[in-house]
Amino acid sequence: MATIVVDGVEFEVDEGQNLLHACLSQGLELPYFCWHPSLGSVGACRQCAVIQYADADDTRGRLTMACMTPAKDGTRISIQTETAKQFRASVIEWLMENHPHDCPVCEEGGECHLQDMTVMTGHIQRRYRGRKRTFENQYLGPFLNHEMNRCITCYRCVRFYNDYAGGTDLQAFGSRDRMYFGRTTDGVLENEFSGNLIEVCPTGVFTDKPFSESYTRKWDLSSAPSICAGCAVGCNTFVSERYGRLKRVHNRYHGELNGYFLCDRGRFGAGFVNSTDRIEHVGERVEDDLFDVLDGEVGIAKLAEMIRQGDVVGIGSPRASLETNVALKTLVGEAQFCTGMSSAEESLVDLIIQTQRATSADIPSLSDVESADAVLILGEDVLNTAPRVALALRQTVRNRALNLAGEAGIPQWQDAGVSSHAQGRLNPLFIASVLPSGIDDIAADLAHDVPLNLADCGFAIAACIGEASGSEPGFVRKAAAALRSAQNPLIVSGTSTRTRAIVEAAGAVVAALESAGKVPRLLLVAPEANSFGSGLIGGGLDMNAALQRVASGSTKTLIVAENDIFRRAERERVEQALCTVENLVVLDSLDTPTASLASLVFPAATFAESTGTFVNYETRAQRFYCVFEPRNAIAPSWRWLAQAATDAGRDDLGWRHVDDVLEAVAASPNMAGVRAVAPDAGYLGSSLCKTPRETPRFSGRTAMNANVNIHEPKTSVDEETPLSFSMEGLNRDQPSALLPFVWAPGWNSNQSVFKFQQEIGGAAAGGDPGVRLLASGSIGTMPARSASVRSDGGGVDTGFRLIPVQAIFGSDELSSRSPPVVERSSAAFMIFSPMDAERLGAAQGMGVSCSVLGATFAVTVDAAMKSGYVGVSVGFTGAEGELPDGLIALAVDPNYRPTPNPHDRVIARG
Amino acid sequence: MSEVSQLIEALSVEEVDAIEAEITHLPDRESAAIEAMRIVQEKRGWISDESLRAIARLLGMPTEALDSIATFYNLIFRKPVGRHVLMLCDSVSCYVMGCDKVRTAVCDQLGVEMGETTPDGRFTLLPIVCLGACDRAPVMIIDEELITHLSADSIPDILSGFD
Amino acid sequence: MITLSTKPLTERVEAVGGLVDMAAYENAGGYEAARQAITKSEPEAVQGLVKDADLRGRGGAGFPTGVKWGFVPKGDAAGPGHKYLVCNADEMEPGTFKDRYLMEMDPHLLIEGMLIAAFAIGADKAYIFLRGEYHESFKRLSSALADATEKGYVGRNVFGSDFSVDLVIHRSGGRYICGEETALLNALEGKRGQPRTKPPFPPASGAWGRPTIVNNVETLCNVPGILSNGVDWFRDLGIGNDSGTKLYGVSGRVNRPGLWELPIGTTIREIIEEHAGGMQEGYKLRGILPGGASTDFLTVEHLDLPMDYGSIQAAGSRMGTGTMILMDDSVCPVAISINLQHFFAQESCGFCTPCREGLPWLEQLLIDIEEGRGQPGDLELLDGNAAFIGAPGNTFCLHATGAMEPLLSALRYFREDFEAHIESGGCPYRERGH
Repeated sequence: MATIVVDGVEFEVDEGQNLLHACLSQGLELPYFCWHPSLGSVGACRQCAVIQYADADDTRGRLTMACMTPAKDGTRISIQTETAKQFRASVIEWLMENHPHDCPVCEEGGECHLQDMTVMTGHIQRRYRGRKRTFENQYLGPFLNHEMNRCITCYRCVRFYNDYAGGTDLQAFGSRDRMYFGRTTDGVLENEFSGNLIEVCPTGVFTDKPFSESYTRKWDLSSAPSICAGCAVGCNTFVSERYGRLKRVHNRYHGELNGYFLCDRGRFGAGFVNSTDRIEHVGERVEDDLFDVLDGEVGIAKLAEMIRQGDVVGIGSPRASLETNVALKTLVGEAQFCTGMSSAEESLVDLIIQTQRATSADIPSLSDVESADAVLILGEDVLNTAPRVALALRQTVRNRALNLAGEAGIPQWQDAGVSSHAQGRLNPLFIASVLPSGIDDIAADLAHDVPLNLADCGFAIAACIGEASGSEPGFVRKAAAALRSAQNPLIVSGTSTRTRAIVEAAGAVVAALESAGKVPRLLLVAPEANSFGSGLIGGGLDMNAALQRVASGSTKTLIVAENDIFRRAERERVEQALCTVENLVVLDSLDTPTASLASLVFPAATFAESTGTFVNYETRAQRFYCVFEPRNAIAPSWRWLAQAATDAGRDDLGWRHVDDVLEAVAASPNMAGVRAVAPDAGYLGSSLCKTPRETPRFSGRTAMNANVNIHEPKTSVDEETPLSFSMEGLNRDQPSALLPFVWAPGWNSNQSVFKFQQEIGGAAAGGDPGVRLLASGSIGTMPARSASVRSDGGGVDTGFRLIPVQAIFGSDELSSRSPPVVERSSAAFMIFSPMDAERLGAAQGMGVSCSVLGATFAVTVDAAMKSGYVGVSVGFTGAEGELPDGLIALAVDPNYRPTPNPHDRVIARG
Repeated sequence: MSEVSQLIEALSVEEVDAIEAEITHLPDRESAAIEAMRIVQEKRGWISDESLRAIARLLGMPTEALDSIATFYNLIFRKPVGRHVLMLCDSVSCYVMGCDKVRTAVCDQLGVEMGETTPDGRFTLLPIVCLGACDRAPVMIIDEELITHLSADSIPDILSGFD
Repeated sequence: MITLSTKPLTERVEAVGGLVDMAAYENAGGYEAARQAITKSEPEAVQGLVKDADLRGRGGAGFPTGVKWGFVPKGDAAGPGHKYLVCNADEMEPGTFKDRYLMEMDPHLLIEGMLIAAFAIGADKAYIFLRGEYHESFKRLSSALADATEKGYVGRNVFGSDFSVDLVIHRSGGRYICGEETALLNALEGKRGQPRTKPPFPPASGAWGRPTIVNNVETLCNVPGILSNGVDWFRDLGIGNDSGTKLYGVSGRVNRPGLWELPIGTTIREIIEEHAGGMQEGYKLRGILPGGASTDFLTVEHLDLPMDYGSIQAAGSRMGTGTMILMDDSVCPVAISINLQHFFAQESCGFCTPCREGLPWLEQLLIDIEEGRGQPGDLELLDGNAAFIGAPGNTFCLHATGAMEPLLSALRYFREDFEAHIESGGCPYRERGH
């Protein structure tokens, strides 16, 4: 700690931090633009100027930039001295020379850091008499608007996009007062984290395009804390609503997980909530494609009757909450319950849980990931399956630069100095994958092979770690050496190739490192928001067994909760089961192939309209709160199930509120911690103390529905959560899991987040949300290597062996039904080796048809693909479900025409 | 078309060789960015989008990153220029010695303003900062030739030497 | 007793009457200093000589060269990899034309200076960062470098010693800020020429993250003489407190604009009146930018000041590059300020706010004043902004500080001209028909 004196008052601050960081940490108001807690200091904007004094006798001092000055013990500064205030006002005045007067029509207005800082410095009078400069804006794709005239040239965008996120297609162009931040030509910003520019930009240059198409001011949004449903990382989000429609998703700071940043699947993938494909009523099928709308009570009575008749099998879902899964499992009984994962995936998730239990170290959080100093990725394409992990890995390798800077006496926050000294030297990252990945640019070495060979590679690394020397190929030897000599080695793997041996190999590497006296970390990825929750709940039937049982005719009723079974097993198997069963009851939010076969359909609430719990890859249980009340008959799946069960005379599902379900969840094995995840509806006891979803400035409440009813409707009372559907209540000092938005006096933008942290960039105030369910450390034994069936690749004559390939935009079920993600994703594709493509007569731009999958795929050729194998975009049309095991015949489709992407236009910037 | 042949199409063999020779003096390929653009510009007058992409690929760097560099420097042209580039010094010594009158004379003679190219593609006029010949001010540089002691009267003669 | 040179930088050029080629250079004893140092001396000893001679940087900042060299880590402390010597030949300070002369007339002198400097700091790679528009310099340096390489003076095993150094000419993409040493390093690395944060300082972590010394052309050209003729000789060359000679130049309405090698500390009056032949008939001297565009104006009252680092600084300006620009009485101080601020605003790299946004505003204000749109309060606006923009440390590098030096001093010395513009609603100089 260091003692610094600010305007005569002593403060205890972090020694070695910069003065801006130190002052903000102490709650002192000091404006800034270019500094960012995750990006460090570069001294570009000159906004955080203070007067620094040499000693107690120095009365004049000199102006210095707080962000560029270390907080050493005895540092004396003044924020309030007139010169410093005048200089800061001058900086705003300079920035405002060219800034347009378009706040009333700017999407940033009301949550604009530039507005806040302008008010903070007191600059109000325009003295610049020249013309404002103007720029042409660019088309940047479906996620972002571009309005360059608003730019204040803080360089944050390119520093985030390039230095932090590894992007290559956004740059700073030109010089002097004609700096332009954009692309060489118009086009989609390709980096998977581009959406963060919305929050990184201190003003309205990069704004949220889907949001601005149906725009609402920040103060008119109702928001609630939520958890991203896009993958198993479980990034914390703020989800916002108005008029019963989801408006946008923003980052909710979590010190151990997502920090300040989300991926674009998470930010733009929630649009399915507003989909026209939503199921909004209870429906009973009368003909093939015709459903009658039923009154909810009638529907419940019909389901109750089916329950009473017995012979019910329940299929849950890894994209549904713990609450819904436990409700269904309770209803049908463990022996009749299937988690809803495919058989292959479930066995992999079980293997992962067994492996994680057996290792000595905790599952790494993303901040743990960033502190690793050597990494092996085995077979998992994290950028496409758990994107936020890939962003963390970029920081992991960059820590080498921080270490080198430390040795050279350069402060770690001195971002440009750290980079220029490190000259691109990185911590070692080794990637063994089927195909090149989006983070190969930071890898020390790469190995590309088919999944089983990647597993061999992993086992070879494990063996090599234990040996002094060996004759292994370069990749294996180098990776083993790097891991062995690291302080904090990290192994990353997962389920995306559906290969058991890969996970086993990852476990073997960890075991080898443990034997070598290391404390390795193991991060294993599964695909969905609640895959780990489903794995921990478990069920008596795996998917194939459940389908077989249903198909055998012994089941009267199959209840499917929030699951499209066609994505979980091969089509024939699913069709056979679903067509055999007498009653198919589907609860879901969106129309799916499964729902359209149902005899009875119930409209399920999405994460945005219900409250529930997801368990992430760390086995961290996290609560998402209902953001807004669903329209029509939509209700949480667990509620439909509980009501029908109660109607059927069951007394063990008499739950009225989500907290009641949670009590049942907590009674399940592994689930004891779930009640501590977040406050329940009774938090602070009184409805007056509920946390308001609406902001204190929420406007139009009395008239926003005047087109329907000129009388102000009664505000709904939220009996489910500690949040209220109004602006009244107590929005302070609540646990971080209950924070609905960040907003502080004078800090209207998301930059106010530091007011909600224990320390800047540290844990969220009140502790980072979530509770880990799985106890760590050496429980059980590390799974042994199982015998894998060796199967060779095929060829043009015999057919090809298919390998699943994941895509951030398109592989995930729900986000791929969000309009901007649809616009961003490609058509279903297959990846061939050059040789196979040639033999097949296929080339880039052509299509191949696959009769087994019943679809045509765009051809991609990649030199890294092994001959005889074909990568298939899983989750896409034709490859929604499990890929068939055998050799699959493919043929060029002469009728295939590539779908031109209307947004691939190229316009010169001029 | 292979990547190599695409490259060869956008850049000549001589250009690629000259760039590769520069790279040998440097610790990494990207460091040759400015030299590479100078080499290509010497042959072609300017850096087109196509040249930019080809150079970026040759150096193993993103096109955007190279463009960011290109747009920073005064002597890298990202727009086409005339057969001759006339750069007239407008810095302080030449100003004191009357470069404004020379500029007017040049613009009048050629019928275009500074920053423009004559319709016949003969000259592009650009201002340039101090050319380091202040004892001989006012001065300008046409292509690679430094021309000193300029006056409004001497302009027609000088320009007539460049077709 | 041998008569030692008093013009170590220019004597060969004067003797030859033009370009000094390899033969002429060697005939005049060229490359002997480097040969002796590299084959018979030690790096520390060479550093010591240059330090004792009190050679100060001739690029404008005046930092002691030997001290700078001493900051380069030695032995294992430097870590594995190259060390770099970079010659800053990006001469672009308006009004400055001294380095061009040295490179075009006596290129071997620079090469020899660089050989010695590289040896002294242990650099195995040396670059000449050359102004992109200096085509003639490039040709003559390239040719001289080829000759020196052929003779084995540059490259592997220089003069048959264990010492090897590659010398490469890098031509700049053209940008004033690249004259700033850290911006120069970024430009040398092929990046945007924006200044870097310090720390790290270049001697510890410069080009490509390795120890790097950046020296000006004239500075390096002084090194062979110091080794040949000794420390005392060099110290005695100067008239006042500073050592050595200096290339002084004069441009503007004088009878003989030009460049002269004179003892450092020669008075401004002697330079202007004796060497430059005094003002042309009909023109009176009003202002002097003593060392390039980024130095404060001096006036006729300063004519008897010696041109050395300390004296000019004491008068509120800087010797800078030592090449002075004269403002005569036909030149409007507001108009020349527009010209200067236009230059600095154009050449701002665009990184930090005061420089990027402040300089164009000041230029705009000056244009308003010059064109009759000046308003009461504009001078105070200029004063206030210029003070904030110009204070060292308020901006990321010293570009804007340099920009404000001629403006603040013009506002001080020629204030009545600025006021007259605002009061009369136009430029009195234009009305007088200049």
